[in-house]
Amino acid sequence: MGEIRLDKVHKSFGSTVVIPQIDLDIADNEFVVFVGPSGCGKSTLLRLIAGLEDTTSGKILIDGEDMTARAPAKRGLSMVFQSYALYPHMSVFGNIAFPLKMAGMDKSAIEERVRDAARILNLTDYLERRPGQLSGGQRQRVAIGRAIVREPKAFLFDEPLSNLDAALRGSMRLEISELHHKLQTTMIYVTHDQVEAMTMADKIVVLNAGHIEQVGSPLELYRSPTNLFVAGFIGSPRMNLITGAEAEKLGAVTVGVRPEHLQLSTTEGLWKGKVGIAEHLGSDTFLHVDVDVDGIGQLTVRADGEVGMRHGDSVFVTPVDGRVHKFNQEGDAL
Amino acid sequence: MARAVPTRTKLGFTILGWLVGFLIFFPILWTVLTSFKTEGTAIATPPQFLFFAWTAENYIEVNARSDYFKHFANSVIISVGSTLLGLLIAIPAAWAMAFSPTKRTKDVLLWMLSTKMLPAVGVLVPIYLLFRDSGLLDTRLGLTVVLTMTNLPIIVWMLYTYFREIPGDILEAARMDGASLAKEIVYVLTPMAVPGIASTLLLNIILAWNEAFWTLNLTAAKAAPLTAFIASYSSPEGLFWAKLSAASTLAIAPILILGWFSQRQLVRGLTFGAVK
Repeated sequence: MGEIRLDKVHKSFGSTVVIPQIDLDIADNEFVVFVGPSGCGKSTLLRLIAGLEDTTSGKILIDGEDMTARAPAKRGLSMVFQSYALYPHMSVFGNIAFPLKMAGMDKSAIEERVRDAARILNLTDYLERRPGQLSGGQRQRVAIGRAIVREPKAFLFDEPLSNLDAALRGSMRLEISELHHKLQTTMIYVTHDQVEAMTMADKIVVLNAGHIEQVGSPLELYRSPTNLFVAGFIGSPRMNLITGAEAEKLGAVTVGVRPEHLQLSTTEGLWKGKVGIAEHLGSDTFLHVDVDVDGIGQLTVRADGEVGMRHGDSVFVTPVDGRVHKFNQEGDAL
Repeated sequence: MARAVPTRTKLGFTILGWLVGFLIFFPILWTVLTSFKTEGTAIATPPQFLFFAWTAENYIEVNARSDYFKHFANSVIISVGSTLLGLLIAIPAAWAMAFSPTKRTKDVLLWMLSTKMLPAVGVLVPIYLLFRDSGLLDTRLGLTVVLTMTNLPIIVWMLYTYFREIPGDILEAARMDGASLAKEIVYVLTPMAVPGIASTLLLNIILAWNEAFWTLNLTAAKAAPLTAFIASYSSPEGLFWAKLSAASTLAIAPILILGWFSQRQLVRGLTFGAVK
């Protein structure tokens, strides 16, 4: 079991309020991602759940039990840190075994559990090495190994992949998702990378300045963002936002269209413009089109990889019906 | 990319480097050379550099006149003792300041350091009186205590700097892994801080070994370390350069050897934090 509930959780450091008030329910076995720009309070929230920071007020319940005042180790949670936080003077075996040793488990049981974890994470050949002799990806796996041997109620991940290079990040993402399926345990994952959030989460919690902006499945957030912040944060490249006369024509203060929901034509369409930079990714092409209509400016259009348009070509851009997001003065979705 | 430095500049700096090095080392070299001269050659003008009649008679005489090994033992006990006692006090202090600092931590650190700026002679009289009244004059215990006090600020500062380099994440990981404070200190913090503790230990042994003000003023015979052994040769009956040099050489030799073998550790300790 690993059901976590935040009840009116508030945190401030001195006079600086980091988290004004948050209520959140995390179901057992759910993969929840906290996402938001840096400084939005996502890491603080994770540390509050872990018990590494004390809440200023409010309650943290794990499996219905009030854990607010409980020491980190007594909450039954495991954490994987951004910096891996491995013990540099211990071998990989020593690192993974450490929580079990602290729990006073006997040697043969420790040995068995560590070997199991190492097998799951492909670390069997490295058990005698020190963390300093491992690559970034291997270190991250050791950190995960140290987390799984305790068989916790929930895993907490604090931006675990941000120190890895792009290729490794991609494969570790898959490994963590697979681990979630294998272990069937609640996972809370903090990241500023919306791609990680979209690809891994069952449920995304978008945070901004200590507030929850929206909670939902990745596709819910993508299809119907409740406000401008979520609209701009989820999706890559970013949603095009249009204000002014063109938006008013559609009955909104701000109109948002995702790059993949803009159609290109060389002959006809709603907005006429010129192709600026074209980014060819092979599978896709991102065209930055300078639209002649006042108040629109530059739009990013996601086109087919083989599209034959070049810098300076004249094009027409038209949003796809039913894929236009409208927002009011306050930035809330209409 | 490395900058291209002209050979002539390189040569110039190399010569300058050696020159400065030689200049710093010269007094020690001269002391060692003089210790092998007779009293006559030692004061000869012009000074004789290498071509004189080498003799070991100064060493023999110095050993005959005063007990080198007693002074040596005192030096070892006082310097090692004061350093260990200092570490015992400083480790928890530095620990607290590095890992749970308060608003006043910086002030406390500066205040500690400021005590090093006070000229020692300013407190000589009160300390002397305190020592006299509590029977600590000319005792190894007394000297150990006073040297612990004088070097404590440096020990705390050095350890504080090392501890600060230990990532807080690792300590938090230990906490998440179920380590109590005591286990966190024993299993995680101490092993990681060993290089720092070792270089602090070495540097402070050297500082205590060389300390002359308190060791000369608070001892007479029983607890006198090697500094007093040297000083006894600049006596009222006149200066005996050669014997003084022999005594000095004997006094600095152990610490020079220790320094030589631990120079890597010392350099690392002194530049810790400056280069990662």
